[in-house]
Amino acid sequence: MTITPNGFDLDNTGQRIVVDPVTRIEGHMRCEVNVDDEGIIRNAVSTGTMWRGLEVILKGRDPRDAWAFTERICGVCTGTHALTSVRAVEDALGITIPENANSIRNMMQLNLQIHDHIVHFYHLHALDWVNPINALRADPKATSELQQAVSPSHPLSSPGYFRDVQNRLKQFVESGQLGLFKNGYWDNPAYLLPPEADLMATTHYLEALDLQKEIVKIHTIFGGKNPHPNWLVGGVPCPINVHSTGAVGAINMERLNLVSSIIDKCIDFNKNVYLPDVVAIGGFYKNWLYGGGLSSQCVMAYGDIPENANDYSAANMHLPRGAITNGDLTTVHDVDVRDPEQIQEFVDHSWYEYGEPGKGLHPWDGVTEANFELGANTKGTRTNIEEIDEAAKYSWIKAPRWRGNPMEVGPLARYIVGYASGHEDITEQVNGLLTTMDLPVDALFSTLGRTAARALESEYCGRLQKQFFDKLVTNIKNGDESTANIAKWDPSTWPAEAKGVGMSEAPRGALGHWVRIKDGRIENYQCVVPTTWNGSPRDSQGNIGAFEAALMNTKMERPEEPVEILRTLHSFDPCLACSTHVMSPDGDELTTVKVR
Amino acid sequence: MSQRALILGIGNVLWADEGFGVRCVETLAENWAFDANVQILDGGTQGLYLLPFLEEADILLVFDAIDYGLPAGTMKVIEGDDVPAFMGAKKMSLHQTGFQDVIATAQLMGYCPQTLILIGCQPEELEDYGGGLRDIVAARIEPAIAIALRKLRELGIHARPGQGDARLLADASILRSAYERGRPSEDAACRTGDDRFFPAAD
Repeated sequence: MTITPNGFDLDNTGQRIVVDPVTRIEGHMRCEVNVDDEGIIRNAVSTGTMWRGLEVILKGRDPRDAWAFTERICGVCTGTHALTSVRAVEDALGITIPENANSIRNMMQLNLQIHDHIVHFYHLHALDWVNPINALRADPKATSELQQAVSPSHPLSSPGYFRDVQNRLKQFVESGQLGLFKNGYWDNPAYLLPPEADLMATTHYLEALDLQKEIVKIHTIFGGKNPHPNWLVGGVPCPINVHSTGAVGAINMERLNLVSSIIDKCIDFNKNVYLPDVVAIGGFYKNWLYGGGLSSQCVMAYGDIPENANDYSAANMHLPRGAITNGDLTTVHDVDVRDPEQIQEFVDHSWYEYGEPGKGLHPWDGVTEANFELGANTKGTRTNIEEIDEAAKYSWIKAPRWRGNPMEVGPLARYIVGYASGHEDITEQVNGLLTTMDLPVDALFSTLGRTAARALESEYCGRLQKQFFDKLVTNIKNGDESTANIAKWDPSTWPAEAKGVGMSEAPRGALGHWVRIKDGRIENYQCVVPTTWNGSPRDSQGNIGAFEAALMNTKMERPEEPVEILRTLHSFDPCLACSTHVMSPDGDELTTVKVR
Repeated sequence: MSQRALILGIGNVLWADEGFGVRCVETLAENWAFDANVQILDGGTQGLYLLPFLEEADILLVFDAIDYGLPAGTMKVIEGDDVPAFMGAKKMSLHQTGFQDVIATAQLMGYCPQTLILIGCQPEELEDYGGGLRDIVAARIEPAIAIALRKLRELGIHARPGQGDARLLADASILRSAYERGRPSEDAACRTGDDRFFPAAD
């Protein structure tokens, strides 16, 4: 038994369970846990199994193009990487952007948050709580009554509507196309919903699919196209022209009206469907408050959605910035991403080499040199690892630390920072939810807390989006149609050497890009992504990372069916963004779960 | 009324031959133009973002790198109900939403295109982050386009020589020539990695 400096008792003597790969996430990840005789997780090891190294492709490129490359590292948060990249380059070169560009970027970023949160909940995470097969047994009339009780103003609630959906689902399942719903553990006792709640939630799975198609139109309008919207160092690439039909792609009143109507649809969906579902589903799982991990101790957010352009101070951010350590909610520390003493990455348990043990490097000085070696207690071979040795190097993810502390990032971290710092909207939302569900504040520090924070944030982001839409329209009406500042577009106006940092709050947490520019070209580029924080391995002090901490002390109903592990890992919305996809004809790659 | 077609290239351009599909639609749009009922799209590794495009198509023609376990550069054309089975098997894209799931979702929603055609090429090299197409795979772009044009012609969709609509393709900085020309040297940027993904590095 080992006690980690961050307070977890690790015991790796019990049965070892290996889940590889973890499904319904972005990228490749493996997880190993030890459970005791009662099925309780007493040791957790999270491994990023895929190499990533953006510096490999960006070195020597034009910094004005970096956004287009970073957009391709991920299959999901394309825009948020692009935004962070243009912010880093603007910071390095001292480029300011017009107010309209700030409003449009905020709307793009908020739109991504809302899209990602809704898709995450309904299409990736809900199946950890909701059983679509059980929905086939539901009584449509009782489902209708349930719907009207949990959300009286949602128009789609008749018994006939639910009967239609149920029939469609039945046909789909009977045609053998279980497709989307296969690989589930549908008879596991960890599923607690009555069939009617399962049918209601599965129905909303379909409604969310329809809505998400609408949401992305905002990216198409402002980014010129979607997927892979266009971005621009110095502003946004879409011209505004409200006085005529304008050039192709120019923002006119007709397009702005479409944006406005989509924003309203999202606000309605969050209010009438998403939040009520989280409350209703959460109500059945109120006694399953596992998975808090680091959230009650160490959380961090960089902040995002600046009210005024070019001001990245904490006071100017709608999504809060700050760090909490040692569970002390009375003190919210400011976070300075430029300070070499604050953010450092360690590689003692990662497959990289810095040359000396225990060394941490700030991302501006980051080094990415691979060193794939396995510990003496590894079972299996280099290409077929049966059991990893966590005492040695065991992940492709580095271990970032804030002043030496492992931190959780993401919607729950943002909401805890916001709550602790007295952010008005966030405090009101959190208190409202806790009252509705009759839960104490401590309930936030859980897997469900993470899931609930995401829903609250989606709702808040909808309101913010409307605010920035109004701000944009007012500004345009006042005669300002400027969307880009190209004064420093020409590299001859740049200093010989420069360095900058871009920050954002991606849907899954704090994202930073650090860039060094030399003679007009990229000299070094380092991204520290949210999943680097959350999926971090142990550090030189022995502190475990956020995924690992969150799995600790969870009871598994059936160790060979890792429903509980998936539930908690999914609640982080992990993104090990490498997103290559290779297709092979040899059937589906199923997750293997090995119990040793 | 003429049928609406979506010509889609999928894959990650950052992973060598994984970029085959995207490079096919790029080259297609450089040389061939269609009427407004045809859309040419770089789908990258996106999943659900592609649904609205599927909804608006009667014919879906996809270019992609597919690991059939055949010699590198081997091409294979799959049609109809066989298409989903060949897609997304190793799911490494959008939150495990492989393209197979995109099609399954479109079917569940009742708007999957009726005609499905997949033009695949066996990759030579995937485990080269930041790399471009290998010669043998690059040489299959034109033959793949010829097959596509023939298949489309059989369905009553005709292409004209000339610049096509490139609005839904990649930004100029990562089009194939700029991307491959601008790659840093091996000395400048470390390219080794996990044995399981970079077996040559052992």
